[in-house]
Amino acid sequence: MFSSALLLLPPRSSFLQQRKIKGKVAAKIKTERRESPRSLTHRPTRSSAAMTSISQDADREKMRSVSVDLNNDSSLLIDIPDALCERDKVKFTVHTKTTLNSFQKPEFSVPRQHEDFIWLHDTLVETEEYAGLIIPPAPPKPDFEGPREKMHKLGEGESTMTKEEYAKMKQELEAEYLAVFKKTVQVHEIFLQRLSSHPVFSKDRNFQIFLEYDQDLSVRRKNAKEFFGGFFKNMVKSADEVLISGIKDVDEFFEQEKTFLLDYFSKIKDATAKAEKMTRSHKNVADDYIHISATVSNIGAEDNTALKTHLEKFSELLEKLRKVEGRVASDQELKLTELLRYYMRDIQAAKDLLYRRARALADYENSNKALDKARLKSKDIPQAEENQRQCLQKFDKLSESGKQELTSFKGRRVVAFRKNLIEMAELEIKHAKNSTALLQGCIEMLKVN
Amino acid sequence: MKMAASSERSPPPFPESEEQELEPDLEDEDSDEGADIFTGGMLSDVVMDPPLPTSASEPAKDIFSDAPADSFNDPLNKTSAEPEKTESTGLSKAQVVSLVDKAADDEDLFSDPLGESAAAPVTDTKSAPLLDLGEEPPKSDVTEKTASAAVKEDVSAEVHKASQNDVVSKPQKDIFEEPLKGTVKEPATDVFSEPTGGAAAVNKPARADLFGDDDEEDLFKEPLGAVTKKPQVPLFTEEPNDIFTEAKAGSKAPSDLFTEETFTAPSAAAAAKPSVNTGSKTNGLHSDEEDLFAEATVELSLDSPHNDKRKREAAKPSVPASTLSSSASTSKPQPKTLEELEEEENEDKFDLNISVTNPEKVGDGMNAYMAYKVSTQTTLSMFRSKQFVVRRRFSDFLGLYEKLSEKHAQNGYIVPPPPEKSILGMTKVKVGKEDPSSAEFVERRRAALERYLQRVVCHPSLLQDPDVREFLEKEELPRAVGTQALSGAGFLKMINKATDAVSKMTIKMNESDVWFEEKLQEVESEDQQLRKLHAMVDSLVIHRKELSMNTAMFAKSVAMLGSSEDNTALSRALSQLAEVEDRIEQLHQDQASNDFFIFAELLADYIRLLGAVRACFDQRMKAWQRWQDAQNMLQKKRETEAKLLWANKPDKLQQAKDEIVEWEAKVSQYERDFERVSATVRKEVIRYEKEKTRDFKKQIIRYLESLLQSQQQLIKYWEAFLPEAKAIA
Repeated sequence: MFSSALLLLPPRSSFLQQRKIKGKVAAKIKTERRESPRSLTHRPTRSSAAMTSISQDADREKMRSVSVDLNNDSSLLIDIPDALCERDKVKFTVHTKTTLNSFQKPEFSVPRQHEDFIWLHDTLVETEEYAGLIIPPAPPKPDFEGPREKMHKLGEGESTMTKEEYAKMKQELEAEYLAVFKKTVQVHEIFLQRLSSHPVFSKDRNFQIFLEYDQDLSVRRKNAKEFFGGFFKNMVKSADEVLISGIKDVDEFFEQEKTFLLDYFSKIKDATAKAEKMTRSHKNVADDYIHISATVSNIGAEDNTALKTHLEKFSELLEKLRKVEGRVASDQELKLTELLRYYMRDIQAAKDLLYRRARALADYENSNKALDKARLKSKDIPQAEENQRQCLQKFDKLSESGKQELTSFKGRRVVAFRKNLIEMAELEIKHAKNSTALLQGCIEMLKVN
Repeated sequence: MKMAASSERSPPPFPESEEQELEPDLEDEDSDEGADIFTGGMLSDVVMDPPLPTSASEPAKDIFSDAPADSFNDPLNKTSAEPEKTESTGLSKAQVVSLVDKAADDEDLFSDPLGESAAAPVTDTKSAPLLDLGEEPPKSDVTEKTASAAVKEDVSAEVHKASQNDVVSKPQKDIFEEPLKGTVKEPATDVFSEPTGGAAAVNKPARADLFGDDDEEDLFKEPLGAVTKKPQVPLFTEEPNDIFTEAKAGSKAPSDLFTEETFTAPSAAAAAKPSVNTGSKTNGLHSDEEDLFAEATVELSLDSPHNDKRKREAAKPSVPASTLSSSASTSKPQPKTLEELEEEENEDKFDLNISVTNPEKVGDGMNAYMAYKVSTQTTLSMFRSKQFVVRRRFSDFLGLYEKLSEKHAQNGYIVPPPPEKSILGMTKVKVGKEDPSSAEFVERRRAALERYLQRVVCHPSLLQDPDVREFLEKEELPRAVGTQALSGAGFLKMINKATDAVSKMTIKMNESDVWFEEKLQEVESEDQQLRKLHAMVDSLVIHRKELSMNTAMFAKSVAMLGSSEDNTALSRALSQLAEVEDRIEQLHQDQASNDFFIFAELLADYIRLLGAVRACFDQRMKAWQRWQDAQNMLQKKRETEAKLLWANKPDKLQQAKDEIVEWEAKVSQYERDFERVSATVRKEVIRYEKEKTRDFKKQIIRYLESLLQSQQQLIKYWEAFLPEAKAIA
């Protein structure tokens, strides 16, 4: 219903402007009606071919694997079946199915934008009660700059390519764009799912409003002052973090966690960057196959000797190999890079928890000092005592839930890595076997002729 | 002096003549050419430890082989049973008889001296030459002969009867009648007195063989005719021309036999002329043998044209074989040679393996250069031994190309180009230590040089070139000059190229043959496409190298992550992953070099080769232009004549007429040149296409196999990793 309404919207003429996904099927529909960039409209888009390959790739389940700790509690089920891309904005359709009676209806859908997600995340972070929890990392801002830029370049280089080559490159780009789009949707979905599967967050009022309120949330965008304020706050926080981190923790567990997470974060950040680079260059190799295949086929077309068939076979093979290589690259991206990226953010969230606890510890120590001072001066003693008691309570609570959260985080991470690594290895084997079969077939054919 | 020269010359002509055949313009410079031949024919010396026998042997062999099949059989058979002498005499007789029915008296004379001479050499050479024969070369000849027996038979029959049935027969007849007369006259006088004609004849036959061999199939079909025509034209302006035009193959032989010497080939002509006139007298006994051989060779040449299949190799071997047979003209050698020939035919036509290995830096600083080991393995008898190794530097390779292209390019041959000079790359090698990029440069060049040499020896005509043999065999090579990219000679070359390019643009050729037009277009578009493809494969190489680098970095990073991981199983899995990625990095790197060496270099080679292909089209155009110019000139001369006639100036009229005759001859010669170059170009382009098909197929398969291998490795690596991932608890 919702998707059909969107489909009726007049198509805009700029590339990647309007996009909508409804599961796999919707993705297909959407891309088929997607317009090519203005300069390219004269070229027929055959996106369906690209789509098929993508919809195969884009198994939603795979993405979910990133955060495996989702419990099987069916009291609150959330997914994003649909999304629409308008220029810079992405509109997600958040669909909820629930048995909880805190909701008015058992099933409903609401439109949400990326900013709404950010708002939800920020309110969670700011809620004092949740200081002892690892707050699921906010989904990254949708970024279509990469494919968009590439598309632009492709348009410029159009004259240097043959028609088929261009069409294939475009297809490839569309596939890439779609993959990015899907990934974006999935990251947002995971964010919500992690909240919904958490015993505390699932009961959060703001979260429930986010899910249920059927109007535009029209979250006020951060204005410049707030933006800089946030920036300043971040600066203070990191400075504070540095100061606090000098304090030796009383608790062995947290002391260890702190050094581990700090170390791990820098490593995983590096690994993520390297993996991104690797998958990108793999993609380049796959793209080269397109050009080579097209040129070989051109040479074959002009050849009149016995070589003709050989060249044609060779070109066909390269075309197939290119698809396989492309899949290898995108699977690596999905299974490896995305995993690393997600856990990089998750570890950041865990670090934030540690910071909050360290902050509370510092506060507690300060309150102790204040109490000592008050006692010395015999002034405001009950006030100070109260303050000290509160700080201690807060700190203890933080420590307790923090310990729990960090332990479960560790288990979650290991399971997620296991799952993804296995899947990646299996996919690599599958693709390599695929290539092997293709190559063997072609070699035999060539040898026979 | 002439005499002496001729006698000396007689041995060397074999190898040299081959070379010279290619150069049709030598007709006029008989003496000079002869000299050149000798000097050039260093190889001949090598081959010809027993020079006389070798030369003699050729014809003898030919004769024998031919004789059985041919109508000559009668005498041959009879004689074959008997010792060489008889055979030779018989042959000579038969030939003489057939050729010159009328000149029976002459025959006797010939036969006698021949037999005598033959006997002497036979004894001398038997041992050595026989060995040679046994090795290889003879086989091919024999086989050719046998195979072409039918043709031979025809020819022979024709010769005997002097019937005019076939084209071949006609020319032969004519030749015989006329040339014979000439020869008879000369020999009769000279020969009779001595076997002088023989020497000349020997020279001729050798040349004839050469022609046949070098030109190979094509030559026979057309180019041969052209070649023969040219020389003949000047000499025989009258009849021979007609004959030749009609029956080229036939014409050759006849020309060789009779006029012998002069016409056979330009080179032959050079050598032959002197020898005939003067040398014959001086040669004496040796010459007799030569005569026999010469005759035999003539027959061979006839055969050879017919034997399209047996190509250069056969031709080459024939020379040695002939030597054998001649040396041991006895019946024994014959059967052996036949068998051997058959064997050879069965063998791969290229029993020649060349490899370029062990690049080595010689010297220091900017005077340093890389020397490469060029090892050859062959059973071809044209080489002294079966295996030899020489050290060559890059400029030697370039020098070889210069020599070859100077000699062969103008005839429309595609001379494989060597890799380009790279000042940058070499300077790096000179200055740099052992950094990977210079090592890659050296390896790349080594591989390119190897492919270059292989292409050269794969070319039937180029393989015959003495410079090629010298390059492969000779210990010390004179330093190649003028190959420096920045030298004065290089500069001159550049200017020449520029002027060529300009003239190319100005020449408007109205193409008569659609085939050439289409081919040229094909070649040009292929060139473009290959360049494009090459650029893309280059970018693939670059991207794959990047991938390899990035994979290495990722591997390191994951290893670090693994070391930080506090879950033991996950930590192990991560360090395993790092190892897998490390191996994959190596895999990518290997694949990148496969991309480069198997695929990109193939394309680079063919882009260069296409340049050579275009150059041969240019040569054809040049030949055409020369012909057109000559025609224009002739037209002008005719106009002048008409004017003179009108003006009634008889004194100048004669001169004008002479000029017309001269230019008419030139026009027809240039036309033949053009025809010949066209035929060669056509043949060469077809050959090139065949080679290309073979090369590309081979390389594509190799490339795919390399891809296959790396995919198989990938499977192995990941399969080994999978249990590690599953072991994460």
